[in-house]
Amino acid sequence: MQSDVAIVGIGMHPFGRHEGVTGMEQGAHAVREACKDAGISWQDLQFAVGGSAAAGNPDTMVSMLGLTGLQFVNVNNGCATGGTALSTAYNTIKAGMADLGIAIGFDKHPRGAFASDRPVHPVDGGRDWYGGSGMAINPQFFAIKINRYMGKHGISHQTLARVAAKATRNGSMNPMAWRKQPFSEDEILQSQMLAYPLTQYMFCSPGEGGVALVLSRSDQAHKYTNTPIYLNAAVMRSRRFGSFEVKASWLPKDDEVGPTADASRAAFELAGIGPEDVDVAQLQDTESGAEIMHMAENGFCEDGEQEFMLERGETEINGRLPINTDGGCIANGEPIGASGLRQVYENVLQLRGGAGPRQVPNDPKVAYTHVYGAPGISGVTILSK
Amino acid sequence: MGQQVSVNPFVLDIDGDEPCLVGGRCVDCGNVTFPRYAGCPKCAGSNIEPIELGREGTLWAWTVQGFPPKSPPYLGANDAKDFHPFGVGYVELPEVIVEARLTESEPGKLKEGMAMKLTMESLFKDEEGNDVVTYAFAPAE
Repeated sequence: MQSDVAIVGIGMHPFGRHEGVTGMEQGAHAVREACKDAGISWQDLQFAVGGSAAAGNPDTMVSMLGLTGLQFVNVNNGCATGGTALSTAYNTIKAGMADLGIAIGFDKHPRGAFASDRPVHPVDGGRDWYGGSGMAINPQFFAIKINRYMGKHGISHQTLARVAAKATRNGSMNPMAWRKQPFSEDEILQSQMLAYPLTQYMFCSPGEGGVALVLSRSDQAHKYTNTPIYLNAAVMRSRRFGSFEVKASWLPKDDEVGPTADASRAAFELAGIGPEDVDVAQLQDTESGAEIMHMAENGFCEDGEQEFMLERGETEINGRLPINTDGGCIANGEPIGASGLRQVYENVLQLRGGAGPRQVPNDPKVAYTHVYGAPGISGVTILSK
Repeated sequence: MGQQVSVNPFVLDIDGDEPCLVGGRCVDCGNVTFPRYAGCPKCAGSNIEPIELGREGTLWAWTVQGFPPKSPPYLGANDAKDFHPFGVGYVELPEVIVEARLTESEPGKLKEGMAMKLTMESLFKDEEGNDVVTYAFAPAE
């Protein structure tokens, strides 16, 4: 597949909890690793795009990396922050503004579910009635959405457990993952019910980590690597009227597709391929149910087909369409700024054939990533070699 | 002597005979939202009037909040020992579908499509001893 932009270097700081290490230091570590991988130095980069939701302004990391005067753009786009950093970098090179740049994402969040520090909806000078009443909690949304979906499309509790078991199994083969202990389906089903029908081990947690990707013009990629991975699409979409999204205090009765379906369609159109051409996919798995619904929203199956796809192991590393081969958010946690770039990092490894014990067999050629989050945004990328 | 006060009269009016939710209605396109916003998310108009929402509807989707919400923003008791799981769901009212607490928290007793009716639940006592209440929906039968 043709593309103007290639990924020529990747770097990561392990995900998890890192006492005494700031989020930005984790980002800087990822930058150094990515530069090393591309065989360049920080001084060679013409521009950087950095994203972080809770760990400081990314551009201030130049004081750790070197004051070279490069163009450094900060992005903050909720859960699509990493994807937006990448699409901004992609567009900068595609537009001919620069030949070589870097997309950076990092974060560090406190323990426990994400909480809203300011009212989500208007309060008219009064109390925060929404968060104050015990709503505005992300897990509620995911639980409500999958609970309705399960009834409508025949998805079982066992299938929810299968997704989480697969994530922890894949995570156990990933040295960069936060959670490396595989859990059985029974252990997952018997863990604490946090938001019916979702149990504790079905959820990801806010965490820490950093990822950086060096991008160059495709026609110069071989200067930096023997295995350039081409970026065929990097698309971000927000919600349309009528789609059901996290932190919605109300819904219209008009039923509309969400931002994932919109972003997915646009990305496939840009790349000129369809879902059947994808060999490996990383999909937003805030919890098990999200992965199941996102399989359909991204066009990889019809609603309800997930039940037998999971039963037959079709989304395992050796399956027809491996999904979340690095353990996804469930095993890696979700440092918002880094999460979308982690998916791309994993896909680059898979396409290079360098994913070690979790390598997808049969030489995968096309890889797909998808992030989703508050307040109803999705980012999709398509990579190829 | 404390009395009952609304968590926020902008969305929950408890001064009438029965409590009612207050949303916004776009004068241009008729779209109803909860709460009332300064602009219409459907037609982008900015002529929005308050509207009292119906008190009865059907359960559209639900979950049970099984762990104590972080405080802030949560105003209710959230110590692990005082916390009781509570239902949360979307209830389809005549005008719009709204998210609310549910008085029922047993998964076996919650079913999509069941009839629901607006009620109130205590959140906390304020410094004057008033009982601060929020909106919730209860099974109608």
